[in-house]
Amino acid sequence: MAFAALFLRDLRLVWRRPGDVAVVLAFFVVATVLFPLGIGPESNLLARIAAGVLWAAALFASLLSLDRLFAADHEDGALDLMLLAPWPLELAVLAKCAAHWMVTGLPLAVLAPLLGVAFGLDAESLAALALTLLVGTPALSLIGGLAAALTLGARRSGALLALLALPLCVPTLIFGASAIEVTATGESVWVHVAILGALALVSLATLPWAIAAALRQAGE
Amino acid sequence: MADLHFLANPARFRRFSQRVLPALWIVTALALVVGLYWGLVIAPPDYQQGDTVRIMFLHVPTASLSMGGYLLLAALGASLLVWRHPLAGLMARATAPVGATYAAVCLITGSLWGRPMWGTYWVWDARLTSFLLLFFLYLGHIALSRAYDDSERGDRAAAILAVVGAINVPIIKFSVDWWNTLHQPDSIMRLGGPTIDPSLLWPLLWMMGALALLFVALVLMRTETEIDRRRLEISENQD
Repeated sequence: MAFAALFLRDLRLVWRRPGDVAVVLAFFVVATVLFPLGIGPESNLLARIAAGVLWAAALFASLLSLDRLFAADHEDGALDLMLLAPWPLELAVLAKCAAHWMVTGLPLAVLAPLLGVAFGLDAESLAALALTLLVGTPALSLIGGLAAALTLGARRSGALLALLALPLCVPTLIFGASAIEVTATGESVWVHVAILGALALVSLATLPWAIAAALRQAGE
Repeated sequence: MADLHFLANPARFRRFSQRVLPALWIVTALALVVGLYWGLVIAPPDYQQGDTVRIMFLHVPTASLSMGGYLLLAALGASLLVWRHPLAGLMARATAPVGATYAAVCLITGSLWGRPMWGTYWVWDARLTSFLLLFFLYLGHIALSRAYDDSERGDRAAAILAVVGAINVPIIKFSVDWWNTLHQPDSIMRLGGPTIDPSLLWPLLWMMGALALLFVALVLMRTETEIDRRRLEISENQD
């Protein structure tokens, strides 16, 4: 119950201020569009780099929205109530990360294939792109959640968050982007999706505890 | 372990390290001089790589020691989180920059070695890339531990990061290996051949020991400084 309440509360907060999500998605689109402008309109080259560009841009976009994940609750005292509440803090962390994924990971997975069309990806690659983002972004939300919890109240927390999260996000990025490449060679994409799923599940099984530990020591 | 707990008290540790450090510095300096002379002058040049093989005497030890340093960082982080040893945070703060410097030396000597051997300073080889990521993990630890006005908060945050990072290191290594086989099927020649000649192996092992001593000496010295700095902070806050 508490899980659902917190999850719906976070979604409702976003619903009341849709601009916050729109900015993240707009960043994703603009950052992606810069690559053809910088590299040139040659469609073969663009189709080759599309997977990496879209995945890296999705990673940045999901990080961009993370610095407010716990900071807003920290400022208005809601985080203290979560720390005092009788239910496990890990569950609250999971609810917040799930809500974050709903409003960033999911829209990014929907939006990315549209941009993929502009990069000249074929139908199979577009499906692989959406699928890998769908399976991989939960891991990004959790890793980013850890970085957000660790940097809560730090100086220059935004840049620090990116420095902490990016090396840890490398495995997800590699398997996400390479899944789209293997569709071109006719290999099965499911191996990559399975590994991405494994990464997401490992994050799901371990990181809520680490995030909760980070929040507890932030509350001390 | 139980015997080491008595050193968890910073004041006691400081007395201990002050007694040990002068002797340790002398041994370290001697070991380094002997090792460098052995490696750079006495050891024969490699039959394939010529004199460039001598870079190995810095490159290989700094590589293993910076990896070991990250494990030490994770162990210190765990003991700070579990036992709340006041010294563990201070020592982690002292260790991270030393480990990062070793990793940087390893990367720099590696690229200097790569230039004559592979014809390029940098290739996106799996080992190089995962080492670069290890260097970034160190940088994250250093930045995080110093990002708070309350130093103990920084210590604890960095401790969690070190533990999570140490769990992630094998996953990162595995994914980079995978990425490399996908992007770059041709592998790169490694140390000239499957075995290394004893005339090169012994000075290498010696340098490994000497640089490990240097690592320990630097960490002890920096830990002393961190203890003093923390005392200053506390006395300033009391005023």
